[in-house]
Amino acid sequence: MGRYIIRRLIQAIPVLLGSTFLIYLTVFALPGDPIASLAGEKRTDPTVVAILREQYHLNDPFFLQYWYYIKGVFVGDFGTTFAKVEVSDLIAGKFQVTINLAMTALILEAIIGVGLGLWAALRRGQAIDSAILASTLILISVPTLVTGFVLQLLLGVQLKTSTGFDFFPVAGVYDGWRSYLVPGFVLAGVSIAYLTRLTRTSLAETLRADFVRTAVAKGLPRRRVVGRHALRNALIPLVTYLGADLGTLMGGAVITESIFNIPGIGQELFRSVYERQQPVVVGIVTLLVLVYILANLFVDLLYAVLDPRIRYE
Amino acid sequence: MKNTATEVVPAEGGLGNDPLLAVDNLHVEFATRAGLVKAVNGVSYTLNAGETLAVLGESGSGKSVTAQAIMGILDMPPARIPLGEVRFRGTDLLKLKEEARTQIRGQRIAMIFQDALSALNPVFTVGWQIGEMFRVHRGMSRRDAETKAVELMDRVRIPAAKQRVNDYPHQFSGGMRQRIMIAMSIALDPEVLIADEPTTALDVTVQAQIMELLAELQRESNMGLILITHDLGVVADVADKIAVMYGGRIVENAPVHDIYRTPGHPYTKGLLESIPRVDQKGQELYAIKGLPPNLLDMPSGCSFHPRCPYRQDNCVTDVPELYEINPTRNSACHYWREVLDGTDG
Ligand SMILES: Nc1ncnc2c1ncn2[C@@H]1O[C@H](COP(=O)(O)OP(=O)(O)OP(=O)(O)O)[C@@H](O)[C@H]1O
Ligand code: SF4
Ligand SMILES: [Mg+2]
Repeated sequence: MGRYIIRRLIQAIPVLLGSTFLIYLTVFALPGDPIASLAGEKRTDPTVVAILREQYHLNDPFFLQYWYYIKGVFVGDFGTTFAKVEVSDLIAGKFQVTINLAMTALILEAIIGVGLGLWAALRRGQAIDSAILASTLILISVPTLVTGFVLQLLLGVQLKTSTGFDFFPVAGVYDGWRSYLVPGFVLAGVSIAYLTRLTRTSLAETLRADFVRTAVAKGLPRRRVVGRHALRNALIPLVTYLGADLGTLMGGAVITESIFNIPGIGQELFRSVYERQQPVVVGIVTLLVLVYILANLFVDLLYAVLDPRIRYE
Repeated sequence: MKNTATEVVPAEGGLGNDPLLAVDNLHVEFATRAGLVKAVNGVSYTLNAGETLAVLGESGSGKSVTAQAIMGILDMPPARIPLGEVRFRGTDLLKLKEEARTQIRGQRIAMIFQDALSALNPVFTVGWQIGEMFRVHRGMSRRDAETKAVELMDRVRIPAAKQRVNDYPHQFSGGMRQRIMIAMSIALDPEVLIADEPTTALDVTVQAQIMELLAELQRESNMGLILITHDLGVVADVADKIAVMYGGRIVENAPVHDIYRTPGHPYTKGLLESIPRVDQKGQELYAIKGLPPNLLDMPSGCSFHPRCPYRQDNCVTDVPELYEINPTRNSACHYWREVLDGTDG
């Protein structure tokens, strides 16, 4: 197992290099001059511009620029913004906020998605199954922007004004974990719907497997047949989905963060792209890729724990 | 609560002369999109303790569905049992409540399946799966159950059972996996064991070993064995009697030696003539012409009539009953006498 982990980590290095390179290339290719946009409307002294360009290696060829950058990243130096703020300081706090948001979303997704999916699978063809399927379709088809504003209005504003039940804050992150509940749900929305459907299919399929028939033939109570023999197998694809989804959730946080005014990495990314803060953009994306790689590694390990056929390959 | 079944179904002997297991006029149908599939249409056979009944018949003739109905593991719906009885020591299992049925299933009537790889749960160790019988049905501790599992693995002659008890199904060879399946099924000393094509997925040498093992276990425990197979070759060695199925019906019931000497139904005769024999080398194999019947739309009269060399006019209209040839034999053919005499129609 230990060797497996090490091998997987080594495999992650080229992925990290490749993806940061692509990001760097994309940001590099963005039109506009970062120094000029730094100064805004004012005219800048050409000598100052020249000094700044030299200082930030902006005159060097692209590959050299990338080399300077990636060297820094490996020692934890993500560079500075053009306004001389350490990128790592800038990102750190915001990253924590987005992690909180994404984890809340992931937990809600796992609980609601798996719960509803199992319920539907065990009541296949009945009214509750159809109701669950219909609601997943709604979740998938309504844009996040709409669910976000509607839930913000209903839970954050109207619930309070009409019943006095002050539990869900309207926006911001000033109320601890409660602040993350509604945004987390909004962020998870589409994923919840997909996970529900995946869970339903996975369990329904497993229930038809030969080994489930064997479990019945052993005279085991239905509870045990479903809860032990079928469920344990049906969970395997769900874990993969959930793990891969953590990255998607973090990347998808931009809209949710702006609806609920959450000072996370999404907002920062949006602003940096707008202001052409190359080091910040690349820094954030690099971190996202890192999270994605780690989440996938974690999933693979979990997979090996859940499925012995993989463990011994 | 635990003893419901024992109260409902007598443990030994039973009432009067009831056989250990009697399937009586069993019907099973499936509601499908294409229509009602009548998979089993009045199957009857009996099994006594220590006896081996071989159930023969081509693919789709309803052998497995009958077995699943006996076990009570059909999914209902889509399956339905409109008619018939499955009497275990005189008690009709089909009328029992589900809890009582669960007490019999696996403990007193057990089953092994064709493909042991898919029939064993891939994510649990074989020891866990065998031991589960003792933990769930006998309330044993994990450790005791594992000891029992090792004993059983020894009994079905899995080498190094003690070291392998914590291995997973995919780590065993096909033959060893089927042995594990057998170990699991005999764990609680069932009175009836149903083996549904236990060797079909295995290669020939392993097939013989598994058959030998089953025969030996049966001799030791005096259980009744229902052996479902298409392989007439293995049947001659191990079976006491044979039930031949065609289109969801029994077409012939007979002691094994009678049937080999003088088949009493044209279909059985066709099956026997399709076994390759050393003394007939070079001769063309007799294969029964035509296709198996469509279960959605069974032929009128005798369902074998489109393929039967003995057919007469009334075969197309009259359904043959299961005629008694002698007290131990039946044939569902109007012309069983001609078939027995060997005069070709
Ligand atoms: N769940 C089901 N739904 C619909 N039809 C079914 C179902 N299960 C079995 N059948 C049908 O019942 C018929 C009998 O099937 P069965 O499995 O008993 O055949 P078999 O004699 O065991 O054949 P084989 O030798 O291939 O195992 C088949 O035609 C099959 O299509
Ligand atoms: S009843 Fe007629 S068709 Fe059927 S098996 Fe006998 S001879 Fe053939
Ligand atoms: Mg079958």
